[in-house]
Amino acid sequence: MTPAPLHLAGERLMLDPAGVVSWPARRTLVVSDLHLEKGSHFAARGRFVPPYDTRETLAKLTLVLRRYGPARLVLLGDSFHDPMGCDRMAPADCAALQRILASVEEVVWVLGNHDPVAPRGLPGIAVDALVDGPLTFRHEADPRALGEMSGHFHPKATLATRAGGISRPCFATDARRVILPAFGAYTGGLDVRDPALGGLFPRGGRVFLLGPDRLFSVPMAPMRRRPEAVA
Amino acid sequence: MGTLPEPFAGWFAARGWTPRPHQLALWKSARAGESALLIAPTGGGKTLAGFLPSLLELHAAPREGLHTLYVSPLKALAVDIARNLMDPVSEMDLPIRIETRTGDTPQNRRARQRETPPQILLTTPESLAVLLANPEAPELFAGLRSIVVDEAHAMAGTKRGDQLSLCMARLDVLAPGLRRVGLSATVAHPEALRAWLSPTALAEDVRLVVGRGGADPDMSLMLPEGHLPWGGHMGIASAPGVLARIAEAGVTIVFVNTRAQSELIFAALWKINEENLPIALHHGSLEITQRRKVEAAMAAGKLRAVVATASLDLGIDWGAVDQMIHVGAPKGVSRLLQRIGRANHRMDEPSKAVLVPANRFEVIECVAASEAVRAHELDGDPPRPGGLDVLAQHILAMACQSPFRPDDLYAEVTRAGAYATLSRRDFDDVLRFVEDGGYALRAYERFRRLFTDSEGLVHVRDLRVARQARMNLGTIVDTPMIKVRLRGGPVLGEVEEWFASTLEPGNSFIFAGQTLRYEGIDALTMVVSRGGEGDPRVPTYAGARLPLSTNLSFRVRSILADPRRWRALPDPVRDWLRLQQRRSEMPQRDGMLIEVFPKGGRWFMVAYCFEGRLAHQTLGMLVTKRMDRLGFAPMGYLGTDYVLATWSAFEPTDPERLFEEDILGEELEEWIAESSMLRRTFRNIATIAGLIEKNHPGQEKSGRQMTMNSDLIYDVLRKHEPDHILLRATRAEAAHGLTDVSRIATLLARVQGHIRVRRLDRVSPLAVPALIEEGREWVAGGAEDALLAEAAALVEEATDGAEHFADVLAEVTEGVRVRSGVVDRPRRQDRKRRPPPRRFVRSAKGLAS
Repeated sequence: MTPAPLHLAGERLMLDPAGVVSWPARRTLVVSDLHLEKGSHFAARGRFVPPYDTRETLAKLTLVLRRYGPARLVLLGDSFHDPMGCDRMAPADCAALQRILASVEEVVWVLGNHDPVAPRGLPGIAVDALVDGPLTFRHEADPRALGEMSGHFHPKATLATRAGGISRPCFATDARRVILPAFGAYTGGLDVRDPALGGLFPRGGRVFLLGPDRLFSVPMAPMRRRPEAVA
Repeated sequence: MGTLPEPFAGWFAARGWTPRPHQLALWKSARAGESALLIAPTGGGKTLAGFLPSLLELHAAPREGLHTLYVSPLKALAVDIARNLMDPVSEMDLPIRIETRTGDTPQNRRARQRETPPQILLTTPESLAVLLANPEAPELFAGLRSIVVDEAHAMAGTKRGDQLSLCMARLDVLAPGLRRVGLSATVAHPEALRAWLSPTALAEDVRLVVGRGGADPDMSLMLPEGHLPWGGHMGIASAPGVLARIAEAGVTIVFVNTRAQSELIFAALWKINEENLPIALHHGSLEITQRRKVEAAMAAGKLRAVVATASLDLGIDWGAVDQMIHVGAPKGVSRLLQRIGRANHRMDEPSKAVLVPANRFEVIECVAASEAVRAHELDGDPPRPGGLDVLAQHILAMACQSPFRPDDLYAEVTRAGAYATLSRRDFDDVLRFVEDGGYALRAYERFRRLFTDSEGLVHVRDLRVARQARMNLGTIVDTPMIKVRLRGGPVLGEVEEWFASTLEPGNSFIFAGQTLRYEGIDALTMVVSRGGEGDPRVPTYAGARLPLSTNLSFRVRSILADPRRWRALPDPVRDWLRLQQRRSEMPQRDGMLIEVFPKGGRWFMVAYCFEGRLAHQTLGMLVTKRMDRLGFAPMGYLGTDYVLATWSAFEPTDPERLFEEDILGEELEEWIAESSMLRRTFRNIATIAGLIEKNHPGQEKSGRQMTMNSDLIYDVLRKHEPDHILLRATRAEAAHGLTDVSRIATLLARVQGHIRVRRLDRVSPLAVPALIEEGREWVAGGAEDALLAEAAALVEEATDGAEHFADVLAEVTEGVRVRSGVVDRPRRQDRKRRPPPRRFVRSAKGLAS
């Protein structure tokens, strides 16, 4: 696992191939869009996707935390797939989450559109946005912000290779912001060329595609002007 | 046999017809209450034969209520047949109502059909499944006497056939004594088809009626003028010859293998069509109204030619087609025969067929196919056992109809031909899957879709579940498509979403027979205008391009191995084979030739296996894994229909070791789990089984729609519950279809002890076509990451990290593409001949219509 350094608003950050960001100066680990209990959300609506997503996501998170040993864990929203998610957790998963939260000194739940209220019965503070020094943490990027870390979009990018395009979740970055990939086992992605996402990087930027051991970094083209509205 | 009663005898006589023996035979078996399978070539009055007993019965004893159900794989066919059947019915003034019911039937007509059903209803497997998932089905079908399955050969062994097989088993319960009539083209395995059709899953319970075959077709081979291409599959070079043949004949169907090819051939023909001969285009992604227009123009004799894909393989007889031109190698004998049959429906005259190979290997294949047609040797596998995903859908649908006991339903399902060998364990697991997902971790019990009452009857939980189940019915899983609309004009058809995502405004592409300029995406459609500059691209479509069939492979090998048979080949091909004899040697019929030679700093190995593209792709992965273990440092491989080629850093010594039968062990298991083909198979299975939402074409994706990437589910399931019923279904299906493992096993067994190895100092003549083939596979297992690293590094190097990868990368990677040596391909001429869009066609490896 080789993280890639990135400077944002004068702060040195480490982008990790697992899809998390470490801020060593503040012993902070940032993770976004866990979407816990997405499987059971689907099951309640008649789509019985395998019920192992929460278990899988938490196991992955446990490993990352063990590696970095942060004092503070910042979750950038959509930690649960829906507001009732934390009530549906299986006892074993709930215990695993409690262990994770207990392993750090401070937990910050940034609220997202899927989980607009603080999770019941779990430690930590819930905020709409967290400002710490030059950096701001929120769920969905604010186009005017500087030094911002956010999630929400689940960015992914396709890199053309000799054997065709390969798509991976990615960090999308420029001098103003970092958008984190979604961390949850059942989270898909939005292509960075989508106007909703590309519009946040009007002058282009850099994407870091996730690999098992390292990141693959390539420049991102600036968003072209949208073709004139078509009827 | 007897003769027909009036008014039928008179009706036949008035047309100067006499009932054909097979028509009378079907009537006879109907009177005996037997099911029957009619196998006859097109043009034999097959459809009328299927309906005649019903018309006779309804004439003798008029009655209300549904009497005969007709099921066709094509909506359009059902509509056409209905129209044709109206003629005799109205001319003889029979008291019979005939109606169609398909996905296009308006709601009010459906309601009316439920109230007062017609005597004869024509429908598709999907619409039948919807009818059967309804609580009113027992009443509707109670009086059903006969079910006619058209194009049975095209349905047996497919998922739609599985569904139909299950539906017929239920119809048997609702209408005991129901007769089944199958109509089929000539097939290689009539016994298996009889069993598939049978109400007891036993072949002997279906009478076999074989219609007389027509005259043998008159087949010829046409080569492009001048240079015979070494590679390529499009056949553009033959456009002038094809056009000349069209001009000479009355009406021609030009069949091709893929949709992309149809667009290119159509464009090439029109480029030189100075006489403005009316030539049209027909493929499965064109707007349906456009296709119907082309079919109507064809039927009305307004066209001189239509360029078509498999979209015209089945369908109504046109009668007046004079010749069939097949551009590209036919890949299978049965399909070639079917296509030849489309060309002439006058039984006693020979059909005229012209085969147009696109390259020199295809010449041999075309010769082999012609010989097979003359020898009446068909190919095709017997229908495979039914899929568990289709069973899952069916179980839920049956619960929606009426509560069932699992024992009864199991007995019913195993009477369906496709599920005769279904084990009770698989049935129970599928039932549990339908109930709550069937996971070892019983997390979803509170969301169960089914419940069992105190008497052991299984019910569907509520109306919402039933509604969802009906929405999900059907086994056709579409790749996400996007409609293509002319600005301010009509919809032209649809392309795959991924293709649209690769376009930039201003890019041009060829579609629906014209060059279009991409303007932008407006909500759900892609807006285009006519014209456009630059090299137009051609959309390609995912789907199974047929691999070379086993029979044809045998014939190709036989021709290559026997120089006496080369007399049938054109001169350039014969010269090429002689050159191969001098420089290397010919592959033997039952052995395997392996050539090893250095080239451009790496070692190439070419194995002449002739087992088809799918098998070679799988084999390539297995062989390179073994090469890796032996330390040859394999770098990549390529599977064509004929050969497997690999390249490695070190010389593969003793290559026999790479083809030992044990490569089908662990390495296969390992790869299968990672393979993208498995992911695709899983996606279809998960959709059909109702695990993920079906794409409803044209339906707006709302925020509320629940979509989830099936790859994510696959990964999680494989890790936590590798023996889950859906993974078992995925593996079973892959073994039959995409990976063609069974053919590899046969190959390895056949060639043990008969492998010839030639060490050459350069590429052999026979290997050239393979090495200029596009669409290489890269060594699997961590390969994706190696590729990403390489691409990222290249971009960095090429741009100093400053420029924008979207613009530059395509060119950079194009530059590092390994181009292999070409023996005597004249470069300049080649560039001129090369169709401009090839660059794109090539990049969409392995994808075709």
